[in-house]
This record gives sequence, C-alpha cells and structure tokens, in this order.
Amino acid sequence: MATLGHVQVPTGDQVPSSAFVVPATTVTSRHSAFVRVTHWVITLCFFALLVTGLEIVISHPRFYWGEAGNVFTTPLFKLPIPASRETVPTGYGYVLPDQNGWSRYLHFQAAWLAVFTGLVFTISSLFTGHLRKNLLPRKGDLSWRSFSTAIAGHLRFQRRSETEAWSYSVLQRLTYLFVIFVLFPLVIWTGLAMSPAFVSAVPAAVTVFGGQQSARTIHFFVSLALVLFLIVHVVMVCVAGFKSRMLAMITGRAGTHTERT
Amino acid sequence: MSDLSRRRLIKAGLVAAAGVSGVGLAGRIAQRYGLIPPDHGGIYGLGETLTYASQRLLTRHSLAREFSASQISKRPFANIVAPPSDAFLRLQAGGFADWRLSVNGMVARPSTFSLAQLKSYPTRSQITELQCEEGWSYIAEWIGVPLSHVLEAVGVQPQARYVVYFSIDRDWWDSIDMADALHPQTLLAYGMNGNELPVGNGGPLRIRLPRQLGYKSVKYIAGLTVTDSLKGFGRGLGSAAPESGYAWYAGI
Repeated sequence: MATLGHVQVPTGDQVPSSAFVVPATTVTSRHSAFVRVTHWVITLCFFALLVTGLEIVISHPRFYWGEAGNVFTTPLFKLPIPASRETVPTGYGYVLPDQNGWSRYLHFQAAWLAVFTGLVFTISSLFTGHLRKNLLPRKGDLSWRSFSTAIAGHLRFQRRSETEAWSYSVLQRLTYLFVIFVLFPLVIWTGLAMSPAFVSAVPAAVTVFGGQQSARTIHFFVSLALVLFLIVHVVMVCVAGFKSRMLAMITGRAGTHTERT
Repeated sequence: MSDLSRRRLIKAGLVAAAGVSGVGLAGRIAQRYGLIPPDHGGIYGLGETLTYASQRLLTRHSLAREFSASQISKRPFANIVAPPSDAFLRLQAGGFADWRLSVNGMVARPSTFSLAQLKSYPTRSQITELQCEEGWSYIAEWIGVPLSHVLEAVGVQPQARYVVYFSIDRDWWDSIDMADALHPQTLLAYGMNGNELPVGNGGPLRIRLPRQLGYKSVKYIAGLTVTDSLKGFGRGLGSAAPESGYAWYAGI
C-alpha cells in the first residue's frame, strides 16, 4: 500500500471489480481502449458541432415555437448578438461574415462521425459489460439514503476515497446515462426534424415537437444542456486531479502512485 | 516479434484490407445507383455523400409535408437577392408577356415556353413550407406546373440523370437529380397564395422543391438543361452553391 499524504493509493491487489483479472505486472486500465477512443472522437465531434452550430445560429439568432417563423413572426426569444445576415434586425449596426457554407458541411460530417462513434460505443458497452458494470446504477444506489449521501458529499466538495474513485458514483452514472441515452439521441432527433427531406419520409419526427421551428428551439436548448454538462464535467476532472484523470482517459493508466487520483 | 503480436498484426492487416475493398465496393455500387453527389470531393465529401445517399434511399418517393390553409404565413418573408438586371426590368414592364423558359439538352424536342403556355398545363397547388438554411421559414400555397409535366412534353432521353436550371441571371443556377426532377411536388411555380407569384418571392417563375432548403428553389427561372453529367456546368460541382461553399444537396 503506497500512501501519499493522508490519501491511500490502491495497489494492484486492492483495486476492485474487473481489475482483479489483470495480471499484477501490468498497470491496471482505468478506462478500456474503446471507451478512450470513443470519448475523444466524440469530444472532437462535439467541438466541431458546437462551433459550426454557433456559426449557423448567428445567421438567424431568433427562436420560434411551432411550425414556421421568420423576421415577420413574433419570436419566442432572441439572442442579444449581431447576425451574419443583414435581413435580421438585431439592433447592431454591423453584419458578421457569413460562415454557413463550410459550417453546414462540417456540422453534418461531424454529426455522421458522432453517430457512428456513438453506435460503436453503445454496442461495445453492451457486449463488454461496460454499461452494466460502470454506467447502470448499482444495487442500492437508487435508495434515497445513498442518493442523499452522494449529493451531500458533492455539495461539500468531499473528495471520494481512492477505492471509490475507481468507479463512478451514482450521480456520475445517472448523469452519463442521461447525456448518452437522452441528450445525444434528442439532439440528433431534433436535428433530423429540421430536415425537410427526412421528415417527408418520417413526418412524425417533427410533428411530435409541434413543428419544425419548435424542433430548432429544442435543438438549441439540448445543445446548451450539453455545453453545461461539458463545463461541469471538466470542472469535476480538475477537482479530481486534471493530470491523472487526463492520463487515465488517454493512456488508460491510472494509479501511477505519484499523484492523487 | 512474438506470435501474439504477429497474429494481431496479420489480423489488423486483413481487417484493414477488407475495410478498404469494402469502401471501394460500396463506392462503385453507390455510383451506379446515383448516390454520389457532384460535390463529393474534398474534406467534407464523405459526410456529404452519406447525407445524400441515405436521404435519397429514404426519400425517393416520399412527399413533403403539406399544410392546411389556416397555417399559411400571414407575411411570407422574401430574402434579398441581387438587384434585377435591365433585361429583367424590361420583361417586368411588359407584364412578363415575353418571359420565356427554354428547355434543351437530352430531350427529344428542345422547346421554348411562354408563361401562358405553362399556365395552360395541368396546375398543381400545394401548401408547403419554405425553409431557409439560415433557420427561418414560412408556409405558403405554391401554384404551378409540375416539372415532370414539362419534361414529359419535351421527351427526356432515358440516359438523363440531372436537370440543370438557370435563373435569368445565368450566374445563378442549380441542378437536381431525376428523382427530384420527376417528383410530383417539384413545381415550376408562377402563383402564390391565390395570386401571381410576387417578384420578391421569385416571380414570374420559380422552381419549388419543398423537400430541399430554400436556396435550391432558384428564382426567375428562364432555362432548363437535361443532362447525364454535371461536368460541363461551371466547375462541375452541380450548382453555383458549392462554388460559394454551400452543399449541392440541401435536404437537410
């Protein structure tokens, strides 16, 4: 048992769950290869989608509810930013350059890559047990007591014990499940609901949202929720130890015994 | 090299070879079934091809949503286009009586149509949404002659694959595949909401493709060319749009 300050760092024989099967001579993998690869590909796609999505939004930074909406329609809300089209009344005396051409190309290219990567992740998660072991809440996790303990610990910025740090807490599990299986599918769906060709084949994809403009507005809010998740995710990585968490997600190695994880 | 790593290397090599030949085969099949867009080159080519191919397979015969009269937008928004040329203004002064649509290329009978002739053909009226790639939209009733009817009148040759269409300003041109050209909702529209099509919205003649974004619905249509290849048109990317950075296919 190596110790660093008051924190006990686990060595091979004390690492829980799947780590038991790893030979003692190799460094235990915190994240399996498919998790690491899909994580960074999705990260890349997300940044591409975010930047190009913003570029597309500034060509019409007004949002509507229902089927149709334009500058003659009362908006649900407007973003207080200048626009890249002179036809949009923004209150600013200037027009930003039009970046929609490449933004739209890259938005859909990144969306395709994200969808394929998401499929690889989902299928691999099912077959390797990643979903069951690491993402679905454990038995007893969903009791009010363990739930409130986890929330209270978070609110007090309590660092989790080393053994616990080798797996996700119930709050992490539920958040990751929500992002992967609710927000990601919803952002893809609302994106497709804005496609006039796609909804000609699957009209229900847009009518369930009450119209194409509603789908666009929801697409915007789901993207905001994903950005919020990203911010919290990065803050939590920093709190837990930026270098070790990054190393774990890049090389798979964790518990290098030189740093608190 | 250990047996294990050699085995892994051979396995990886086989998977890579299968992958490359798989992609090659998929490409040839896609080409044969017209699933490769003209702007398939460049760094965004793969995503663009996936979008066009999947939407073409999914939507070959599907109909764009149509709406009820009560959903028609009270004020259809007309996007700014370049100021009309002198030629356009002269035709406008004459009530567009001298407006002509010329149809040529791979057709049995190259022809020229006046607006009156087009209006004498079977009329289709449909209430559809015009969606701009910028994000705004409006719903209007579009009245016109199905493009398929005009193509039937001139006799399209069987090897035709695309219809190229030109605005009166020849720099503004675009093209569609035959699936879109023969689609029942693809109109040469001359009317809107029970009236003549306003100039701001593309009058006297606008192509309307309700399954694609607004920029494919080029205004002031004066010419159609039926072709089996887009190579001879502009830079060969299918329309003026990719030449200024926008995708040729605008189903999304």
